[in-house]
Amino acid sequence: MNAPSLWILLPMAMGIFLLFINNQRILSLLGGSLAVILALIAQFVPIEAALKVASFSLKIDSGLLILGRSLVIPPTEGSLLALIYGAAALWFFGAEAAKTAPRMVPLGFMIIALMVAAIAVQPFLYAALFIEMAILLAIPMLTSIHRPPGRGVVRFLIYQTLAMPFILLAGWLLAGVEASPGDLALTAQSATMLGMGFAFLLAIFPLYSWIPLLIEENSPYIVGFLLWILPTITIIFGAGFLDRYSWLRSSPQLVIALRYLGLLMVVTGGAFAAFQRHLGRIMAYGSIAETGFSLLALSLDLRLGIPILFLLIPARALGLAVWSLSLTIIKANVENMRFGAARGILRALPLAGAGMVVATLSTGAFPLLAGFPSRLALWEGLSGDSISAALWMAVGIVGLLTSAFRSLAVISMADEFTDWTRRESPTQMTMLGLGMVGLFLLGLFPQSVQFLIANLPLMFDHLGR
Amino acid sequence: MELTFAWIAVVLMVITSAGLLFVRDWRWSIILLAAQYLGMFVLTLQHWPIGMASVKVVAGWMSAAILGMTRSGLSSEDSADENVLPRGWLFQLFAAATVVLIVAVVTPGVDTIMADAGFPVTNGGLLLIGMGLLHLGITARIMHVAIGLMTVLSGFEILYSTVEGSVLVAALLAVINLGLALVGAYLLIASTPQETESA
Repeated sequence: MNAPSLWILLPMAMGIFLLFINNQRILSLLGGSLAVILALIAQFVPIEAALKVASFSLKIDSGLLILGRSLVIPPTEGSLLALIYGAAALWFFGAEAAKTAPRMVPLGFMIIALMVAAIAVQPFLYAALFIEMAILLAIPMLTSIHRPPGRGVVRFLIYQTLAMPFILLAGWLLAGVEASPGDLALTAQSATMLGMGFAFLLAIFPLYSWIPLLIEENSPYIVGFLLWILPTITIIFGAGFLDRYSWLRSSPQLVIALRYLGLLMVVTGGAFAAFQRHLGRIMAYGSIAETGFSLLALSLDLRLGIPILFLLIPARALGLAVWSLSLTIIKANVENMRFGAARGILRALPLAGAGMVVATLSTGAFPLLAGFPSRLALWEGLSGDSISAALWMAVGIVGLLTSAFRSLAVISMADEFTDWTRRESPTQMTMLGLGMVGLFLLGLFPQSVQFLIANLPLMFDHLGR
Repeated sequence: MELTFAWIAVVLMVITSAGLLFVRDWRWSIILLAAQYLGMFVLTLQHWPIGMASVKVVAGWMSAAILGMTRSGLSSEDSADENVLPRGWLFQLFAAATVVLIVAVVTPGVDTIMADAGFPVTNGGLLLIGMGLLHLGITARIMHVAIGLMTVLSGFEILYSTVEGSVLVAALLAVINLGLALVGAYLLIASTPQETESA
């Protein structure tokens, strides 16, 4: 047995198999359970080490050869797989509550398999091809065959597809830079290509216009899933470039570019969120700010930045899951997600309303919530480098917190004498309750995920050491 | 002789990519797209063996067939526009001419960067990228978006074939081309809900 078969080919096959099941509950339970099993195997069964079970000896090889190239999952990536599949289980279990399981679980499995392949493929720059395939699979997940696609989906497809050529060509140019490091023109060309590729892929300002459109037009839960998996893997892929090319890693211009872009994302995300009058668009700008935090982490001294980058991942996964599930439930109960239509909805959907506010607060680094420890560490690191950068980050955070309080004010503004009711189903209440408890636990005990993320920097040869 | 064929392919691609901008009849769009893949095959052949270069044209024609078959099953979309020049055609002609001019100017520089891939190959690749981007910039119709993306990718594949000869990459790019056509077909069907329901 080998690791790529287990964590790439099996989930892919499972995704295809699950396409034939239509029952929400069965899909959700089956998909979630399989993801949990894959996460547990990744965390507890070592790769490339013989494991003796009674008289049997089991060894998971790390590589698989395909068409002359290889997919390699080294032992150091076990925790990352556990994190990815663990978070996937969370999304799949929640899919029943969001009533999106038939689209979410099968295609979600295939997308995750492709994203894992993107991390595993050697040479690593071929990852762009797997990411593009995942983008193509995301389209039927986002749209229904019975409803015309909106502008957001089309723009998502165009922007994400345009990233692939840039990254592949940048990879080739970077090899040239490695061979002749003194060639400044080639260095500038390759850096520009790489920057354009990642700007499209990570939806960096001003290329993020599709995110708010996508949330307005589609199920927030499905969009939330994509806003979790795509940027998370892309950031790790991007960090791989830093790890591979020493001139890139040591470039002061890159640090400045990452810092300014990160701040731009955090500040614009926070500011736009603060002025939105649409609950979905607030989540869109929140996720944009999240990507900004990741870029800021990469702009720090990488011995500090890489652990912070990994600390951001669980908080982002859980925060977006709770936020998007809450919004999906709210969307199903109101005419639209504008403030006017969602006014007073807290009385009818107390847990969904609370979940949305708590998740927004977590993204805005509210103390004792999941997002707080990572953002605090980031803020501290940033202030050590530049006080003005730390102040700008604060501006973005204030914007996010403002949007949380505005949302809270709107959803709790019910007419006088309106009774409290509960329109959420038991499954929805359970998932939202567990999610909110998780957000508090991650905030109160951030060390509880250390067993997962402590060794993650080892997946890089030069970063985070 | 090879060089002559390559330049003929470039001329063919100028005609097809510009034609794709103006033509409103979907049948002509599919024919032009298929011809464009033929030109792409000739240019890819400059650096790849015929077996691998064939993958491009086969995948491209299959993609064109997917789009064509899907479109043929749907009732006429924007029928008022078909068979006539689009509104603003003069602007589009000017934009296309500008792209051709820019491509002609930047080709020598890019050719140097692309390890001396050859003028026709670089020119053809850049032309398709430029025309595809122009196409994406001026249309919002699903079929044209799909064709625009496929045109951009074709241009990129021509350029990339000069520096990368991996079988895996060729296979994955073929899968992506087919996937793009399937996504385009899916979105085409989705954008005509009445027909879907009545079928």
